[in-house]
Amino acid sequence: MRIHSSITVLALAVLWLAASSPAFAQAPAVGADFVGVWQPRYQEDQPERIPGPELRDYLGLPISDAARQFADSWDPSRITLPEEQCRVHVSPYIYRGPTNLRVWEERHPKTQDLIAIKHYHSTYEQTRTIWMDGRSHPGPNAAHTWMGFSTGHYEGDMLVVETTHLKQGWVRRNGLPMSDQATMTEYYVRNGDMFTQVVVLIDPVYLTEPLVKSQEYYRSPRELPAQTWLWVCDPVVEIADRPEGEVPAYLPGENPFLDEFARRHQIPMIATQGGAATMYPEFQDVLKKTPLPPPLPPPQRGAARVTGPPPQTPGPPQNQGQGR
Amino acid sequence: MTRQPSRLSRQARIAVVAIAVSAGVALAIGTRASAQQNQNFDAVKMDIVEVRPNVHMIVGAGGNTTVFSGEEGLMVVDTQFPQVSEKLLAAIRSISDAPIRYVVDTHVHGDHIGGNEAISKAGRTRAGGNVVGDLGAAATNTAGIIAHENVLKRLSEPAAGATPVPFAAWPTETFANNKREFLFNGEAVQIIHEPNAHTDGDSLVFFRKSDVVATGDLYTTVMYPFIDEANGGTINGYVNALNAILDITVASNVNEGGTMVIPGHGRLSDEQDVIEYRDMATIVRDRIREYVKRGMTLEQVKAKKPTLDFDPRYGSDTGFWTTNMFIETIYKQMVKEHPPAAPKGNQPRPKGNQSAPTKGSGQ
Repeated sequence: MRIHSSITVLALAVLWLAASSPAFAQAPAVGADFVGVWQPRYQEDQPERIPGPELRDYLGLPISDAARQFADSWDPSRITLPEEQCRVHVSPYIYRGPTNLRVWEERHPKTQDLIAIKHYHSTYEQTRTIWMDGRSHPGPNAAHTWMGFSTGHYEGDMLVVETTHLKQGWVRRNGLPMSDQATMTEYYVRNGDMFTQVVVLIDPVYLTEPLVKSQEYYRSPRELPAQTWLWVCDPVVEIADRPEGEVPAYLPGENPFLDEFARRHQIPMIATQGGAATMYPEFQDVLKKTPLPPPLPPPQRGAARVTGPPPQTPGPPQNQGQGR
Repeated sequence: MTRQPSRLSRQARIAVVAIAVSAGVALAIGTRASAQQNQNFDAVKMDIVEVRPNVHMIVGAGGNTTVFSGEEGLMVVDTQFPQVSEKLLAAIRSISDAPIRYVVDTHVHGDHIGGNEAISKAGRTRAGGNVVGDLGAAATNTAGIIAHENVLKRLSEPAAGATPVPFAAWPTETFANNKREFLFNGEAVQIIHEPNAHTDGDSLVFFRKSDVVATGDLYTTVMYPFIDEANGGTINGYVNALNAILDITVASNVNEGGTMVIPGHGRLSDEQDVIEYRDMATIVRDRIREYVKRGMTLEQVKAKKPTLDFDPRYGSDTGFWTTNMFIETIYKQMVKEHPPAAPKGNQPRPKGNQSAPTKGSGQ
């Protein structure tokens, strides 16, 4: 999983990425050009980024006790509420999704100075502005948005972006929350037709240490059909007999599905509950001393499936994520 | 941990808790006044946030102020603490020098009505005919102060020991039903009463054309819902009020923007922000309700940490409204909603921690 924990790892990663860029040694006055149409490479993150993470998969995430209780109590039915059906993934998370990304620039018509870099995400039709004109961030009483307020600058060829004023969102879409107090620093490094985005997320509410993660995007050689850029969301009443005002949630400690992930993949429960300690190599010693949970019973023929499609060929159960 | 058997019956313990919580709320109001006295008002700066070209939010000392401006004049919703009235008036005048026609109080608390007198005296009421004939200059030389009638009742009948609010700061125009609405600056303004929520005199102020709602303390971004029981507040009324705000707001198709929400305290918001807050309030209320239905004591409920997931965002161990007070108030009200059944002989009490998995909502 491309999620790491320490600033040291981040610094090394960024230096390596920057140094491997051909433009690094030239120290250009302006940074790399990111204009174009980009699509994500999922690689080993595919289970998280496409079908979505399984419930109680908090492996290697530096979450707080508050975040764990929030996620353990979270009922996926909550997003069937009409007012929550169109909620957007915040900018620290949206790049992890299956999104097409269009990047363009806004330049002053007379001076050609770079005013802003724009990112348009096909998922949720989000337009993000990264201000490059040196303006300051709004004050503490300004509204928060899904994309937040972003300012950027180049360090050599690398684009560095600082984001504040984010709405509450997800660290992971299995209920792990990100608060509206979170801030994000991004490092964009281009290598040919690829770029790497390294994200450092700080959340004083739901993370105990910075969360560092990375994504790769490749440049599309051609424009995409117009419809692939659209995301029309019209909320509807999905559960007709739901009592007015109900917010689906499990009582703390009483979500009956919390052990499925650990049992399905034969991982100690102490690891699936996440926390900063689970990020570090020393945790492997803890794992070796911790008993495994009992495996899930094999699915019965004709019984309702709990997760994923059945295996195409006889063999062990496939580790499919739960799509939502 | 082994619990020592209590010599008090459950009903007696609930009664003790009820008294303690009531005392706590009374203390809270006192502490709030004390905090006001300790605040350095000289250091306060007014932060003016443009919500629309004709609607501004002013953040200073106390509750947020909303200023609605147009060709007929200004409407000022909530007036902060009295010590910053001069600064607030200067901030209002930096937005517009049009006459202040109305002051609206969203509720009775001093951090929202403290500047009533000063702001009202800086304004003028449109009046003529026999009104002016009867009252003379007094008919026009202040702005009217609008509030739900329970605000006037609370101010005119202060609790024992409370500092009386000057008569000039009292509402001059009250309404007793659920809504007062009129056209001002070419726009429908709806002042909507939400019963027994933060207090018993809460109002939302909805500017329909501008698509902005000022909520008073029926929604904030900085603390758990303050249920002021001494002034008629209830958690159920508070959750109902949050849902009423959501009935008013209309977001874009991606749950952002659209109707803007000016909270009683904290930053500018929209529907999605209210949704998160409504979800929090509902989930915590429903958890405690379920624990009460299982027969748990307050200590047992606290041990379940029903607010843990929200404490780093909204909780507080100090000040006039702590996390403990929030839990205790909800517990007390849920016990009232679901009173314990009469004891039946020597039947064992249900063991809440060993119950089957139960959803926290809508049961």
